[in-house]
Amino acid sequence: MKTAVIVFPGSNCDRDIAVALEQVTGVKPAMVWHGETELPSGLGLIALPGGFSYGDYLRCGAIAARAPVMDAVRAHAKGGGLVLGVCNGFQILCESGLLPGVLMRNVALKFICHEVCLRVERSDTPFTRGYNAGQVIRVPVAHGEGNYVADKKTIARLEGEGRVLFRYTAPDGSLDPNWNHNGATNAIAGILSDKGNVLGMMPHPENHVEASMGSTDGRGLFAGLVQHLAEAA
Amino acid sequence: MKLRIVVTLKNGVLDPQGKAIQHALGGLGFDGVADVRAGKIFELDLADGTSDADVDAMCRKLLANTVIENYRVERA
Repeated sequence: MKTAVIVFPGSNCDRDIAVALEQVTGVKPAMVWHGETELPSGLGLIALPGGFSYGDYLRCGAIAARAPVMDAVRAHAKGGGLVLGVCNGFQILCESGLLPGVLMRNVALKFICHEVCLRVERSDTPFTRGYNAGQVIRVPVAHGEGNYVADKKTIARLEGEGRVLFRYTAPDGSLDPNWNHNGATNAIAGILSDKGNVLGMMPHPENHVEASMGSTDGRGLFAGLVQHLAEAA
Repeated sequence: MKLRIVVTLKNGVLDPQGKAIQHALGGLGFDGVADVRAGKIFELDLADGTSDADVDAMCRKLLANTVIENYRVERA
């Protein structure tokens, strides 16, 4: 499976996600600089990594969303290709219009950097087939702006169409404001596009893919993607 | 041609930064600060004759995120 990681000035999780992708696919992803206007052909997945693209100037992800390479990413998504945005990648997807809503400053105004519990809401998507619906996984977050906000109509639509894939919960999977670390609407941690081929999430599954990292809970996402693409091919 | 673009959060959008500033004003002894909303100002120096439509497009495409923000254009 051919994959690509888009690298923006200020990305800092690009190599983390490249390592995770190489582990599950056995192939090194193409690292594509933001100034490119074309992507390698035959890509199964494009990943937008975490970090602080353009120093978070203007708004998180705002400048990166207008980078030259994003037209090619949009075209890939429009054609049904898979796109995964993690952390700053999620912010970029929202700013680029590929996902609805926006990531605002954490309610407590603090940068949070620790492991969180996520409930996987569905297992019938390319991104979550490596998990069971209702399963609670532990992956780290590291962000100052992860508080997902959208207008009421958009939230109702996301919920009604089952497009919320991950929620911040207590370890037993129950919703609890104390475990909704950034104050996100409905404890939303990750959402899917209307066509189901673009996922944005604040937590970092790529940072929990091998035992030496303390957990392998993030591996299911990448392993599931590989399975999905192998079957689709 | 100089323009000033003022970007503010829409009503109803929670502004944690504004809230923190409000609390800090209270801490300084300023009573009666009912609310604070933080925003941004951009001062643009544009070629003469830049159309209103272009200025509007600059606001919508980049300077403001219209999901959560309003903007207004002030002529200097």
